[in-house]
Amino acid sequence: MKRWAMVITAALLLTGVGASFRLAGGGTVNAAGAKKATEITVWVGWSARELKVFKQIVSEYDRKHPEVTVKVVGGINDDKITAGIRSGKVPDVVSSFTSANVGTYCGSGGWIDLGSLLSKDHINVDMFPATTRYYTQFKGKRCALPFLADVYGLYYNKALFKKAGIKSPPKTMSELTKDAKKLTQRKGSTIKIAGYQPFFGFYAGNAPDMTTYAPLYGAKWTDGQGHSALSKDPQWAKFLRWQKSLTDWYGYGNLVRFKAGAADEFSASHAFEVGKIAMMMDGEWRVAFIHAEHPSLDYGTAPMPVDDAHPELYGSGYVNGTIIGIPKGVKHKDQAWALVKYLTMNSHPLAQFSNGIRNVPTTRASLTSHEIKPDAHFKTFLKIFANAHSATSPITAVGNAYGSLVQSFAVKWQAGHVKNLEAGLKNLDKQIDAQLKQAGPGVP
Amino acid sequence: MSLTRAAEAGAATTVAPAVDRRAAKRRAAWRRRGFVLALMSPWIVGFSIFFGYPLVYSAYLSFTHYDLISAPHWIGLANYRYLFGTDQQVWPAVKNTLWIIAIGVPLQVLFAFGIAMMVSRARRGVGVFRTVFYLPALAPPVAATLGFVYLLNPATGPVNTALKHLGIDGPLWFQSPGWAKPSLVLLGIWGVGNVMIIFLAAILDVPQHLYESAELDGAGAFQRLRWVTLPIISPVILFSVVIGVIQGLQYFTQAYVAADIASGQASQAGDQTVNNLGYPEGSTLFYPVLLYQHGFRYFNMGYASALSVLLLAVSFAVTLVIIVNSRRWVHYAGAA
Repeated sequence: MKRWAMVITAALLLTGVGASFRLAGGGTVNAAGAKKATEITVWVGWSARELKVFKQIVSEYDRKHPEVTVKVVGGINDDKITAGIRSGKVPDVVSSFTSANVGTYCGSGGWIDLGSLLSKDHINVDMFPATTRYYTQFKGKRCALPFLADVYGLYYNKALFKKAGIKSPPKTMSELTKDAKKLTQRKGSTIKIAGYQPFFGFYAGNAPDMTTYAPLYGAKWTDGQGHSALSKDPQWAKFLRWQKSLTDWYGYGNLVRFKAGAADEFSASHAFEVGKIAMMMDGEWRVAFIHAEHPSLDYGTAPMPVDDAHPELYGSGYVNGTIIGIPKGVKHKDQAWALVKYLTMNSHPLAQFSNGIRNVPTTRASLTSHEIKPDAHFKTFLKIFANAHSATSPITAVGNAYGSLVQSFAVKWQAGHVKNLEAGLKNLDKQIDAQLKQAGPGVP
Repeated sequence: MSLTRAAEAGAATTVAPAVDRRAAKRRAAWRRRGFVLALMSPWIVGFSIFFGYPLVYSAYLSFTHYDLISAPHWIGLANYRYLFGTDQQVWPAVKNTLWIIAIGVPLQVLFAFGIAMMVSRARRGVGVFRTVFYLPALAPPVAATLGFVYLLNPATGPVNTALKHLGIDGPLWFQSPGWAKPSLVLLGIWGVGNVMIIFLAAILDVPQHLYESAELDGAGAFQRLRWVTLPIISPVILFSVVIGVIQGLQYFTQAYVAADIASGQASQAGDQTVNNLGYPEGSTLFYPVLLYQHGFRYFNMGYASALSVLLLAVSFAVTLVIIVNSRRWVHYAGAA
């Protein structure tokens, strides 16, 4: 008997089995009774410098929570997320830059419904501004939470403004047009400095699917019945006519050449950073880029100008952002939920991460956190984010598929290949409605 | 009675060996078939797993709504109705694809043939010429496309800069819906080395005595080309055309990369919000690009499968037409 006991003890020690016993709530305890950390995995899209910052945020969580070890995997995109869900090899926490895909994740059940977890913990999602609440759910099913947001505003070159005798940034589209013309410098037909480059597809601010401009005109994507409303809401035609008139003033071909000659959006030779554009619409992240690449650039930030007929919209802008959730088939749901809560609801990591990558923190409380590094340029975007008129893209069962139809139409319009704007928008509505109908179950 | 029995016995003795022989033959035939099947089994297994199963499953998915995450949901012919009746992106994508086949494939075949003819005639530096013309074919398609987008940048590219020195205002190349496809054709012609090498081998294989006979009959250079070279290498021309057409129907990588880079909105890692496919103005939205867009960008794999089934049917039909039609102009050595 004694010999058997010795054999068993030796075997346990040698094989290491004795080192740990699984606990009901995850995690293990070793023979001495000390708890061994449960490893949970987080997939994020960030890479390089931004990933390093995220890992710092997570390492602080690790230190505070010895019962878990968080493994971070960066450079993840939506293809990898869907492949992971399909194969069953999922992380515990997953995030995506493409908030437009939340319709697919929620509708398919690929990301679990967080509703029960939120109610169990008595969490009111009103802590997040309405725009972010919208792009983290689909048809009432909340399968994601916002985790830092991108907010679009106006960047303007103060030195060029001073030279042109302009004292303050424009607040309406007609002021923007007037200033753009004043600031533009040409040599023959070549644009040396563009006051404002309105070309669809020129950097992120001029999204060809028109999403970034919609809030500035208060343009509505859908009507009361959920049908596409691009032809029904006259604001779309108004915006498109403004965009075309400024494009024509520069000359379509001249703008194409200017665009082709401009450096890559994420390079240090970015056209605004090197003074080739006097004004542009861009996301808040540009503040960090300018700080790193051209710290001496004399520039300012402000909300984008809005439709002259709707001055009340001034202060608003386009918002989207990173979404985070828990995938179907998760192994450590409780630990995953605890981490998601910490990252998305706690002002400390939100402020730290916001400081590190200069994206906008996503709770109302974190917007005014004393931990947010003061920066006049960045502060503009915090205000735009909190503005009640700020808006995001529509969420559908097929992601941003409608965007490809809108884009296809918009670029033809700016090139002068659309004869009848109203008829074109009507046809566009028809196409979008048909596309959403085809997308099958889960269509809004 | 006895006579009858004897007759029956005689018949039995003649029938029995015949039956045995037939049975033995059948057994031998089955053994042969089994042996052939055993030899072919690796291919059959590979074909079934990697081609047959995906093909059948794609056909099934084309009748479903499938978002890549939840289980496919049967919707009958809805995807096909949308494809043929409603989707206004299909026809432009088909037109773009037909354009690249109708213009790009003949030009590539002609160019490859022309280069091969020149190289076959060269007296000095044949190796150098072969290498120079073949090398571009070794460049990865992505790298080659990036290089062309840079070379043909209308504002800063060396081609337009050189044209400007000559007083010519160069085209907008990949930035113009009118020039984007011709730019892709230029890229295709540049990388035509593989076809050129096949043509060169075929041209060098043409029996010399046929040229000598034709020359004795008074045939000039063009007539020798028309009546000797072309008929002899016609199987290679057919091969190049069929391969070119199939590649045209599957044209994807170059169009995808060119649109992404030329649009100037190349997204950061992980960001799939930006949609540059087809840039500019849908001029590079080829059929496979549209298929990819629906399947992998919009998680609409059921519809993408319907698009792929149509692509398969069209590829099969076009190949069949070319092969049937080729009987009139392709000559096989030794054929009656």
